[in-house]
Amino acid sequence: MAQTDVRLDHVTKRFHDVVAVDDLSLNVERGEFFSMLGPSGCGKTTSLRMIAGFEDVTAGTIYLGEQDVTNRPPYKRDVNTVFQNYALFPHLNVFENVAFGLRRRKVSGPEITRQVGAMLDLVELPGYQRRKPNELSGGQQQRVALARALINHPRVLLLDEPLGALDLKLRKQMQLELKRIQTEVGITFVYVTHDQEEAMTMSDSIAVMRAGKIEQLGTPEQLYERPATEFVAGFLGVSNLLAGKVVTNGEDQPAGEIELTGGRRVRGPVEDLAVGTAVKVGVRPEKLRLEAPLDGAANGAAPAGTNLLEGRVTDASYIGVSTQYVVRLDGGQTVVVYAQNLETSGVAEQHPVGQQVRLTWLPKHTFVIAA
Amino acid sequence: MAGRIGKFGLVAASIATLIFMYVPLSMVIAYAFNKSGTQIWPPTGFTLQWVSDALANPGLKAAFLTSVGIALSATLIAIVLGSLAALAVARHRFFGRDTVSFVLVLPISMPGVVTGMALSTTFATTDLPLGFMAIVVGHATFCVVLVYNNVLARMRRVSGSLEEASADLGADSFQTFRRVTFPQMRTAILAGALLAFALSFDEVIVTFFVAGGVKTLPLWILESFRLANQVALVNVAGLAAILLSVIPVYIATRLTSDSSTVGRT
Repeated sequence: MAQTDVRLDHVTKRFHDVVAVDDLSLNVERGEFFSMLGPSGCGKTTSLRMIAGFEDVTAGTIYLGEQDVTNRPPYKRDVNTVFQNYALFPHLNVFENVAFGLRRRKVSGPEITRQVGAMLDLVELPGYQRRKPNELSGGQQQRVALARALINHPRVLLLDEPLGALDLKLRKQMQLELKRIQTEVGITFVYVTHDQEEAMTMSDSIAVMRAGKIEQLGTPEQLYERPATEFVAGFLGVSNLLAGKVVTNGEDQPAGEIELTGGRRVRGPVEDLAVGTAVKVGVRPEKLRLEAPLDGAANGAAPAGTNLLEGRVTDASYIGVSTQYVVRLDGGQTVVVYAQNLETSGVAEQHPVGQQVRLTWLPKHTFVIAA
Repeated sequence: MAGRIGKFGLVAASIATLIFMYVPLSMVIAYAFNKSGTQIWPPTGFTLQWVSDALANPGLKAAFLTSVGIALSATLIAIVLGSLAALAVARHRFFGRDTVSFVLVLPISMPGVVTGMALSTTFATTDLPLGFMAIVVGHATFCVVLVYNNVLARMRRVSGSLEEASADLGADSFQTFRRVTFPQMRTAILAGALLAFALSFDEVIVTFFVAGGVKTLPLWILESFRLANQVALVNVAGLAAILLSVIPVYIATRLTSDSSTVGRT
């Protein structure tokens, strides 16, 4: 049976007049890699700090397991934190930094030596015991910070944008490292980041936050393929959003139909919405297939089972992996298309600017947002 | 061309200033070892006579030891109060924090006569005796500032997340102070303490108002300065004062050579 390791129950945090966290409730299950994702100021770091005990709660309760820890100081909570700036103790060497938590719990000398050695092996810094923090690179400092936290086998590990200060290549490497360590050690991770790709790579489940509230909570797949709001759709990757109105909602047809501005009709998941509801139809740019028209002129009928839009190419950019097109539709809207250069290469094989094109996609790749 | 004249002028002015400041001091040192025992330039020869006379002079010796005792006591008070105040202001938000900070720093910018007058009046009104403890209290009011400024500057440079990390790893407030905060503060406290010692040792204005008969080294020098038979001893006393000011300040500067506050702000 899944156990809840962290539970926030209607937690609010107010700094004078600013509400940083607004009536937030969430559960983190044992062994989960849980991320809080959002732009600066959305309340994700504040929430993490409240779980750690560095900030008082204005209202609400925080549970670790079954215990109410809302009023407990940080040193009495079974959590450990990896800080954004690592916060390694500059006057202590790597060994003493990593051993810090164990020393506070009066673990015996030989046992400490053994455990520190094992932990440094885990983070792939064997033999670094005697080094000082100022002799280490950013990536190495980060791994020491991780070791220092993990060695205490906390119930939950809290990570506050730990990869922010690293360069891109190192960051990608560390993302995989963190995921590996988390799976190997089996500890619950609560991770804070503003980088959606980072969250998607590592997380089992993500809470997208804005202005102190959770906009949507789900697996990376759910958030990406079925965003609930325009903000979530735009925050995780690029999305095309087209305004429209529900025409039929699936009672007679296999799937509902939406009529877009300009008259085109597309199929999408509107089963739960009343006819006439104003919506925005969304489709990710990599899901659109871009083709030149069959006879050289616009062909009205959609191939069976697909959605169809027609328009004219206004921009084409060769990125290497893909070519990014901007297409202006007959109805006046603009969409972005990512065409993977699977069988094409180079600028010469692109669809030229000005060409009339057809865009098709599978209805199951449509998502719908209430307008 | 104008640049070179300007640069030359600047160098000349700097040299002139340094000469103005340090030649008189070097004269005092020279006269302390001057054979003839008078303040006539050039010195006639080198002798350690006056130094040994000074060491044998009971009045001078007592004044010297009194000054050292007062300076050590005032510095001790300054260390405790200054560091605690700096820690509070640097790490905690509380009502009136800026006012407290201002009030703490004020004594060092107040004119010595005003501080001296105020203290003297207060002691008289409350029937507390003037003398050694009164001087210590008077000195402590501005010695605290030196430790406070140095420790505050240091704590502002050290990230607060170190203390959070310590608490996160299971250390309570005392353990965090002992194992994380204090090691960061140590050299700043020492630097502030050395400056406080030097300041207290030299101080004469406030001391004059609250001494109540107790003789510190600067007071002894003031009294004996005009007496013909004490001239040579006064120069030796001056030498002692110079050494006990310059050496602590030099060490303090080396300790905090990476930018944090050293002297009076």
